[in-house]
Amino acid sequence: MTTTALASLAHLAVRDLSVSFQTDGEPIRAVRRIAFDVKPGEILAIVGESGSGKTVSSRAMLGLLPRTARIEGSAQLDDTELVGLKGEAVRRVRGDRISMIFQEPSTALDPVRTVGWQISEALRSHRPLSRKAAMARAVELLDLVGIPDPEVRVHCYPHQMSGGQKQRVMIAMALSCDPELIVADEPTTALDVTVQAQILDLLHDLREKLGTAIILITHNMGVVADLADRVAVMFQGEIVEENSAAELFANPHHPYTQHLLAAVPHLGKPRPAIMDEVAPPPVASRVVMAMRDLHVSFPGRIGSPPVHAVRGVNLDLHAHEILALVGESGSGKTTLGRCAVGLQEPTGGVIELLGTPLGSVSARDLRTLRRRLGFVFQDPAASLNPRMSVGACITEPMKVAQEGTVGERRARAAELLEAVELPVEFAERYPHELSGGQRQRVSLARALVMRPELVVADEPTSALDVSVQAKVLEVFVRLQHETGFACLFITHDLAVVDMLADRIAVMKDGELVESGTADEVLRAPREDYTKALIAAVPLPDPVEQALARQRRRALRAATRQ
Amino acid sequence: MPSDTTFADKPSLDQSHFCADPEKTKLGAIDELRTEGPISSFWSDAWRALRRRPLFWISVFLIAALTMIALFPGIFTSESPTHCELGRSMDPSTSGHPLGFNRQGCDIWARVIYGARTSMTVGILSALFTALIGATVGQLAGYFGGWLDGILGRIVDIFYAVPIVLASVVVMQVFRDRATALSVVLVISLFAWTPVARVARGAAIEAKASDFVTASKALGLGKYAILLRHILPNSIAPIIVTATTSLGTFIVLEATLSFLGVGLPPSVLSWGHEIANAQVTVKTHISVLLYPAGALALTVLAFILLGDAVRDALDPKSATR
Repeated sequence: MTTTALASLAHLAVRDLSVSFQTDGEPIRAVRRIAFDVKPGEILAIVGESGSGKTVSSRAMLGLLPRTARIEGSAQLDDTELVGLKGEAVRRVRGDRISMIFQEPSTALDPVRTVGWQISEALRSHRPLSRKAAMARAVELLDLVGIPDPEVRVHCYPHQMSGGQKQRVMIAMALSCDPELIVADEPTTALDVTVQAQILDLLHDLREKLGTAIILITHNMGVVADLADRVAVMFQGEIVEENSAAELFANPHHPYTQHLLAAVPHLGKPRPAIMDEVAPPPVASRVVMAMRDLHVSFPGRIGSPPVHAVRGVNLDLHAHEILALVGESGSGKTTLGRCAVGLQEPTGGVIELLGTPLGSVSARDLRTLRRRLGFVFQDPAASLNPRMSVGACITEPMKVAQEGTVGERRARAAELLEAVELPVEFAERYPHELSGGQRQRVSLARALVMRPELVVADEPTSALDVSVQAKVLEVFVRLQHETGFACLFITHDLAVVDMLADRIAVMKDGELVESGTADEVLRAPREDYTKALIAAVPLPDPVEQALARQRRRALRAATRQ
Repeated sequence: MPSDTTFADKPSLDQSHFCADPEKTKLGAIDELRTEGPISSFWSDAWRALRRRPLFWISVFLIAALTMIALFPGIFTSESPTHCELGRSMDPSTSGHPLGFNRQGCDIWARVIYGARTSMTVGILSALFTALIGATVGQLAGYFGGWLDGILGRIVDIFYAVPIVLASVVVMQVFRDRATALSVVLVISLFAWTPVARVARGAAIEAKASDFVTASKALGLGKYAILLRHILPNSIAPIIVTATTSLGTFIVLEATLSFLGVGLPPSVLSWGHEIANAQVTVKTHISVLLYPAGALALTVLAFILLGDAVRDALDPKSATR
């Protein structure tokens, strides 16, 4: 095998790269002898779920791992060996030849320095430039990444910019020294979907303009389909499949790739078979929860006006239906969800819950009323008390309500564990022994223990890996069909909504923008915002996504006029 | 041939498509359900981690021995610590008196053995009471927040600002010669609970923000029930750690007060008194000073080692479990 001939072609050639972490017990083998190439101007996506080693492998190349890491193998950038590079040599490579874009732009920028200072600092550490020349270059770079009024914005501090703009600044910093390779580690994960679309467009354009090679690390198949030329799929520290993006999506070979692609919710695709196996119950006309002209505002900081989180929302939730409340961060959807169950007091308007107006009930009656409700939260790590066994967590609502004997509670816990497809023995175990998806299923079991009429689920799957999310959603929908609870499903993920919602309500800046049946809202949206939101969702299929990108550009051009 | 994938497995240099051997990858590992193996609760995990540490066993052995000495000093010496003959003043060690005699002609070994009880009592009870006071104040302040947190927080600040030795000197005047080990415990508890309170407050604030607390609130669980069922069990670990690590300093504090003459009355045996009395002969017979001081150092060391081991086992950030 002539690796030398290959090296002259490839920009980055990774061979037999392994990373293991020393611990008290057995060393953890995070990356196991992986190999891949990145050619000049190519975008290679490394896809994997949490713990697959995708981030560790790229950080190993830049020497960004803690001391406990042991790195073996080779990673050559042209003729420079990156593994084992130390001190000044590694500093010269970082930022100059390889640069990184991180997931969270708000923590990756220094809050006490202007963005211009930070960009010129990155420049001046690698190039002999005067302060003035560096600043001029910073303005150019900000212009390149699409920041309006770069001459003014260059003097801004990070907190004066939005999340998307901060990520643009991060990209400008990464580009500052014309690197040969950019490592983008989940560059859009922390961003809203409409902002994500803009950043993806930017990366797309920059690649066309500059021809920089990019390693894109992500878990989001839509992002991969949008940007990548080639895709390497990682699973448990190994690359299980590598192919061109078009081929990989069209024709996955490895069982894991097939499993992963099948699990990804796909906006616009027919619902998976399991969701339709049980016929949806007839939508009854009885209203379980009604909101009339609801307002919620929080007092602002001293000297600043109050924040209006919810402004004049009217919403009805009928028995047996799943109503998805959709919106981007800060749209007020979570606040509305908290209002729906009396956790947040509205500053105006009326909420009627299960036939009782919330404003007039006493604290005691509210508590009794709440026993007919269930909740599922976003963070599987924080939603169960780590000091209580799974069985105790599930039956806590019964204990609070002083319902049933110890034996009856145990039986109910077993019954529910079975319903969420977990082994009954799990009742004895503790939450931290379970995976995130299993914990969310336990949360669901707890929400259902009192046979509630209404369940509020706030982003129940957005912290989970896709292959795990699929199972949780499947269990959720099956139980909803079986027991017929009404559900307010709060999420930002339209693809998930498409899988399960009967009706959809779209929120923006505290107001309800559009609502209707799932088909109406997703297939024939009336409002521009809804249209933009749907157009921004990256589809996990390169062919469809290329078309979607064109449509989105057309839509943006149309709305600008 | 290694079992892992290597680049040599790839079909060609173009490597337009590469797929690992599906046989090698166990897909069952995705969201595996683990039902075997011991159940691991927080405390059983901590115990497992603790068990592996030699320092933990050394400290446990020392503390067990000290506890025996404190409870049954008669087993370790047949001499009475108060049987003193001036004629034996500063005599070297003889049979039955391994450490010799001090200036008053009392058996040093016996006095060191009988002094253990005071140190152990003061140390353990002070740690217990400071933990109780600190945990109560801290948990209430952290959980309820608002004006209560404001008031309790300022009280904590005030007590934190007072130098504890100075405060003890003043307050111990109240007891004068009626002072017992319990009065020293009382004074220490009164002034040394603030570190525990700060830790307990932080833990309560952290636990309060968890979804499981919101879930319980939404279920209709009362305020105090949430505090007892959810907040306290999730804050107990850092409270225990703070209490154990400060136990050693309380023993030193008692010795300091007794040394200064404001702690226990001379009638109560204490290592602090022994050290104070040994001062006069420090130039000629340093050993008289070294024995009680050594016993004190060993005891404090035992508790600090225990505190360190417990912290490593309970604090998920410091340990790799």
